[in-house]
Amino acid sequence: MDKNTNIPSKEEIEAALELRHTKAVQEKIRHAAVAVCGLGGLGSHIAISLARCGIGRLHLIDFDRVDLTNLNRQQYGIEQLGRPKPEALREELLAFHPYLDIQTDFVKLSEENLSELLAEETYICEAFDVPEQKAMITNYVLEHMPEKYLVGASGMAGYGNSNAIRTRKILSHYYLCGDGVSEKNEHQGLMAPRVMLCAAHQANMILELIIRDET
Amino acid sequence: MVKINGEDCNAAGMLLSDYLKENGYKLVRIAVERNGEIVPKAMYDQTLLADGDALEVVSFVGGG
Repeated sequence: MDKNTNIPSKEEIEAALELRHTKAVQEKIRHAAVAVCGLGGLGSHIAISLARCGIGRLHLIDFDRVDLTNLNRQQYGIEQLGRPKPEALREELLAFHPYLDIQTDFVKLSEENLSELLAEETYICEAFDVPEQKAMITNYVLEHMPEKYLVGASGMAGYGNSNAIRTRKILSHYYLCGDGVSEKNEHQGLMAPRVMLCAAHQANMILELIIRDET
Repeated sequence: MVKINGEDCNAAGMLLSDYLKENGYKLVRIAVERNGEIVPKAMYDQTLLADGDALEVVSFVGGG
């Protein structure tokens, strides 16, 4: 079958989103900016969810390239193996919303570049893999960028026990998703369903904050 | 009493850094909230836990 080359206009896509989400909700989503830090199992699915909602602006940040061992749970394809994750993910998102405003940065986040890289976005997703990195960004953002909203994750390895994955409010501007304990180790790995559950919690919390709009 | 991660602890008068050390926390994998505020890492060894404090020690595990 031929590819559909009849691409809808930006206005048509916005109208379809309003029809599904209501005009008032879509108005808020359209003006929100979100940074996704880490584009693995969590970040790639968070980005897909928010992009499907027609988020105003997405900032995709990761230093990694797509690897074969990622494909059990991350939103990438065979043809993207070896590509930097930010631009590979950007491609995936533009396939269903060609007018999204997406900034990509193929870089490792550290205490030295966080302030600069996260300056523009109100909402920040911590979607890292390594616990030291999770702690680093969480401490930095809460300490130095108190006006931001941070939604992080800890504990989503293995399978089953869906209801142990939850969202907790830790501070007025910090929410943590996951079961808090299930770590990736030699006995249990990261698998698509549970990682996607946790990613959905994060995206859903971000969406709630955007629509509640207490900024 | 000090409430830490929802449980009452006999930690009043202790330095936060000593409490964390005694309880086996790896400092590079945690974030600490005390009475609704983040405790900066540089303040762990100057923060004295007081009766009635409520703390949450978030201990991150790998995976994402």
